Formats: sequence, C-alpha cells, structure tokens
Amino acid sequence: MAEKKKAINQQKNHMPVQDPALRVKNFQEVALGYGESAVMAEAARCLQCKNSPCRQGCPVDIDIAAFIKLAGEGDFAGAARKIKEKNALPGVCGRVCPQESQCEKSCTLGKKFEPVAIGRIERFCADWEMARGIESQEAAPPTGKRVAVVGSGPAGLTCAADLAKLGHKVTIFEALHIPGGVLMYGIPEFRLPKAVVQAEIENLKKLGVEIQVNSVVGRFATIDELMQKEGFDAVFIGTGAGLPHFMRIPGENACGVYSANEFLTRTNLMKAYLFPHYDTPIRVGRKVAVLGGGNVAMDAARTALRLGAEESWIVYRRSKVEMPARQEEVGHAEEEGVRFKFLTSPTRILYNDDYWVTAMECLQYELGEPDDSGRRRPVPIKGSEFILDVDTVVVAIGQGPNPLVPRTTKGLECTKRGNIVAGAETGATSKPGVFAGGDVVTGAATVILAMGAGRTAANSIHNYLAGKQ
Amino acid sequence: MYRILKKEVLVPSINLFEIEAPKVAGKAEPGQFVILRVQEKGERIPLTIADFDRARGTITCVFQEVGKTTMELGTLNEGDCIQDFVGPLGTPTKIEYFGRVVCIGGGVGVAPVHPIARAWKEAGNEVLGIIGARNKELLFWEDKLRAACSELRLTTDDGSYKRKGFVTDLLKEALQEKGKFDLCLAIGPLPMMRAVCELTREYGLKTIVSLNTLMVDGTGMCGCCRVTVGGETRFACVDGPEFDGHQVDFAEMSRRSVIYKPQELLAREQYLQNRANRCACKGGSCK
Repeated sequence: MAEKKKAINQQKNHMPVQDPALRVKNFQEVALGYGESAVMAEAARCLQCKNSPCRQGCPVDIDIAAFIKLAGEGDFAGAARKIKEKNALPGVCGRVCPQESQCEKSCTLGKKFEPVAIGRIERFCADWEMARGIESQEAAPPTGKRVAVVGSGPAGLTCAADLAKLGHKVTIFEALHIPGGVLMYGIPEFRLPKAVVQAEIENLKKLGVEIQVNSVVGRFATIDELMQKEGFDAVFIGTGAGLPHFMRIPGENACGVYSANEFLTRTNLMKAYLFPHYDTPIRVGRKVAVLGGGNVAMDAARTALRLGAEESWIVYRRSKVEMPARQEEVGHAEEEGVRFKFLTSPTRILYNDDYWVTAMECLQYELGEPDDSGRRRPVPIKGSEFILDVDTVVVAIGQGPNPLVPRTTKGLECTKRGNIVAGAETGATSKPGVFAGGDVVTGAATVILAMGAGRTAANSIHNYLAGKQ
Repeated sequence: MYRILKKEVLVPSINLFEIEAPKVAGKAEPGQFVILRVQEKGERIPLTIADFDRARGTITCVFQEVGKTTMELGTLNEGDCIQDFVGPLGTPTKIEYFGRVVCIGGGVGVAPVHPIARAWKEAGNEVLGIIGARNKELLFWEDKLRAACSELRLTTDDGSYKRKGFVTDLLKEALQEKGKFDLCLAIGPLPMMRAVCELTREYGLKTIVSLNTLMVDGTGMCGCCRVTVGGETRFACVDGPEFDGHQVDFAEMSRRSVIYKPQELLAREQYLQNRANRCACKGGSCK
C-alpha cells in the first residue's frame, strides 16, 4: 500500500433521509443514519487535531477525537464505550444536539470545508451498540449515600448516571407515567424515536438507578421531606421548563388553540396520532398556525402536517435569520411544506359562536434597532393588520420553569421569573444539599446544555457527599 | 400498578373504588384530585378524591361511566390493577372556621363534597348539606352525607325520592329560611354549579366550585385545563381545581369541555362494539 495521503473529502458524507413527500405522512424517523462504510469514511475525514477544539465545544466533554478514531477503525463497540465515559445518552445527543453551534463549530476541518459530521458518527455508534445489546458500565463500590433526582429529563438522567457511576444510590422521581421528560413528551418521534430514549434509560437502570414514575415532588413529598423523612443525603432538581407561555391576546382560550406543550404531549407521550388505537384524542384542523420560531415551533408545525393538516404556517415576529431553530430543522420543515410568515405577530384570535377558531388577525412588523439579545427589534407597522385563515393555533413562544417545586420548597432562592438560582460552576442552590440544573435554572435551552448542567451538579454533589462523611 | 382493594357499585353506572396508593394517600387532602390511566394505551383522566385513608394507604374514587375510559375502568374488579395513578394534585380546600356553610353536591359530585363537608364540620362550622340527583336510583351516600353535615336536605329532579326539584330550589329556600350563610361550596355538573352561582350572587354569598376540566399532565405543563377566572387565564390543575364561582367564565368552560366530543363518541362506540363482539352475549344484557 502506498503511504500517499488521500485528498480529504470536502463535504460530509451524505446521510440518507426519508423522502419528504413520504415522511410527511408518517411519524417514522426522518434521518436514517449512516451505514458502516459511510461512518468509516466520515471518521476518516477527522484530522485528529492534538488540541481537540471539538472537545472544548462539547458541553459534556466527550473525547471526540478518540471515539472517531475507534469508529474509523471499525471498532464501534469501543467507540460507543468511549462516548459513554462522558455521555449517558449518545443515541439522543447524536440526534438532537445542535452540533453546528458546538463540537462541529470548532472543528478544524470546518474552517475550510464542511466539519466532520461528529453527531452522525455518535449516533451511528450508539445505534450500533443498541442493536447488539447495550454493554453494562462499571460503577464504583457503593458509598452508602442516597441522592434524589427530581425529574427524568436530560439534566436528571445525566446527573443520575454520573452519581450512580460514582457509587451513590440514586432514585429519580418522575411526575409523568414514563421517564424521559422532554425527550418523551416534547421532541417528536420523527426526530427522536421513543425506543431510543427508553433503551438509554434502561441502560441507566442497569447502573442501579431506581426510577419512580407517577411521583410529583411538591405533592406526594416536598424536597425537605425527601431529605428529612426519606433519608436522602442530597437532592438534584431538574424539573425543566414545564410552564407554557401564552401570547395574552384575545381569543387565546378558544377551542382549537393549543400550547405547544399540549399539542406535542398529546401526540408524542400519549400517541394521539394513533387514536383511536390509543385513547388520547387530538384535533388538528385544515389550516394550522404555529406561533414562534424555535425548535419547538418547527416540531409542532411538522407534527401538524403529519396529523393531516392541509396547511401549516410558522408565524414569527422577526425574520428568518433571527429564528432560534436549528438550520437543519428549518430545512426539514421547508422540505415538508411548512410555510413561513416572517415579521408577523397575531393581535387576536377570531372564533365562531361555538367558540372554535376561525381565523387569526395579524400585524406586520419591520426590523428596527438591535435589542438586549443583540437581534434587531421587531417593530409593528401601523395599520398593517391582515387576517390569516386558520382553524388551529399552536402557541410555541417558549416555556417558563414549572413552579411546583419552587413554590413548595422553603429557602430555595428563585429569580423573578421563577427560575431556581444555582451556581453555574456548581449547580448549588441557596439550600444546603440541594442542587439544580437544566431549564429550571437557565430557562428553556437545549438537551445538551441541560445534560452539561446535570454533569456539573453531579460533580458538586459528589464533593458535597464526600465532605459530609 | 395500583390495586383496587374494594369495588362498590353505588348506583347503576356510578362506581366506588378504593385504590392502594400509599404515596397519594399519605398527602391527600379534601379538594384534591388524582390522574389515572387504566391501561398502557389509555388516556390520562382526572378524578376528584372522594376519601382517603392514610393508615391503610388508600384513596377512594367515585366515578360515573360516561365515556370509553370510565366504562373500561368500570369493568375492573377488586384485585385488578390500574396502570397509573398519580397525586395528590391541585390545591386543597381551605379548611377553617367560617361559621355557617352550605355544601351542595349534584350527581356524582356528591362524592367529592363529602370529605370537604366532613372537614368543615370538624373545624366547627355549621354545615348544611344539599344533595340531589336526576332520580332516586342515582342518589347515593345519603347516610355518609348525613353524618358529615349538621343537617342534610335532598331532592330529585323527577320527584322520585324526597321532594321534586333542583338543588337550587332547596338552596333558595334555605337562604330565605335561615338567613345569612358565610360560605357555599358547589360540586356537580357544570349547569348546576353555574345555576348555584347565579343564585348565590344575588345573595352575596361567596361560592366555591370545583372544576373538572379536560387535563393531560395535571401538573401545569400543558395548559389544556385553562379557565378564565375574574378575567385572568388560570390552570385548573395547579391554580384550582377550586375557584370563586362568581368569577368563573362558565360559558367558556362549557364550550371547552366538549372540544373532543366527536372523538369521545367515536371511542365509546368502538369500545362498545368491541366489547359486544368479544362477549358471548353479543351485545346483549350482560356487562
């Protein structure tokens, strides 16, 4: 074999996706993932930089170069093991992380060409292992310490995994009947198959993590009771952003107006798309307007089409470049026929005598000076009202922290918006032994940032418990 | 899984279950509710807590078979299990001394009135109970309510038991006869609660109603249960289920309560069809 270096492929290896015309009629996963040859070819694009800039872009500090090297050698089990040293949910992250603004953003190759498709390789390794039975991970000898984790979303699961590996006995309390939090109720099946989430959660159970579903902390027990009566040595709160925001415009309580949380929970968690085979109903009309420009809005607009809507509109008050949604998701939505009304915001929702939505009155905006977020502020154009003909409205303008735990926990400092105050470097709250992380602290953000916060808190909890001995 | 320790058919189509759920029973208070799912493909439905026993770790629920889910629930027997059962949810009833109170229960709403009336009486209140049903066959818990209240009055819509009329007729009489009351509680069908509130508004009698809206998670996450109270949007699951009845927009609530009517009818029809096909009686009289 000649040692001559092959020219680097300038573009990522293509990942097959379901044809838009077909996928818009089903809930199966859109992205189909690499095969073995594609993943090895993609791994071969990695320059194996000594300083690993990609790793610095990863909120959970995965040794990216190392797992890509193993994947490139065809050692997929080894690659999966390497990822799991730092990431308890590789199948999830490979699918929903915004790699373009994290690891792949810092990729050296990305300076000249397309960056290495780190997310796709991660996903392949996780799926490869899942198909063959997930290898159990080693946990340290039991420390005898017990930690309660409130909420089983990305933050809670990560925190639980890390603590279990360190030998602590972890119990997760989940309010809903299935663990996974937003991974189960929020992100649609076509973007993140629920079987992938459950497989990764099963893996956590093998580490000795106990999960109690149907357990609303703040109701069946308070944080204080968990520590004083149930004997937990520390608590991690990862209850997420579970309070839907509404527009506060007239007509918003009319029949046919959903919060994105309700629209997605009915569809994803309760499987309303399989009604009447499943018992939970959902109603999607002919023309749907989704208010907002984030990933949740894209999910809702794409879900509406799959539920049979003839038209699905994204109504967003800024312009396309300001949309917080991932480029990839916007692209997928466009391919599927989601339509966009930019620089538009509703002023009221119109309804008929039976209180059902018949239309939405909107106002046209233009971009003015930059605001606090650095984005140009949308300014309404006077007299530009127009009627958008819709019969379903989904409000996806963001979520606040669920107030149940903050309201029922004495001595827990919160912000004016109701977010729990926790140290960015530690996750420690104002209450000794109580830590918090994820959306309940930061406000609605991403899966991976919540996971990073879970990891940070797990380290602090470990130190805290060591200090207690 | 949550085991049914006791089943009692109170009246045709209204059942009582005592369910083993120590975590819920440990904290349950009058006025709160649970959410349950009968089986793996089931929907989540809220049921108000009719009673609880902390020592035995049980919750008592009384439900009427109206749709697919409650019918399916009604087929379960002692020893069977319910897939999911979570609570206690919602804000408990304020239990304190108010003076003279009136507690009104209509239909299946008689059940959740019971623990509240009992607690108010224990707090020293003079409790007048008024309960009603469509007919004699549908009236239950007369004895329990009699014990829980200082005085109990009964009515049936058709006059088949006690007197003929609505609970509002009895309430009006009591208001005229007894003079001032300090607080009123009304739990029952929406039109009943609405009628009670219209009447008590005339008398300036503060009235609490318990709203049984549609819900999914029951923890404030989805907003399906939103109601307008005093011009503000509130979530029945966390801000309620009890609200000041004089502030509730009942017209909005009744329209929102039938959002899924077509789907509910379809599910019910299919369920009954399947049940008939499965059963040897082929849709005959057996249940």
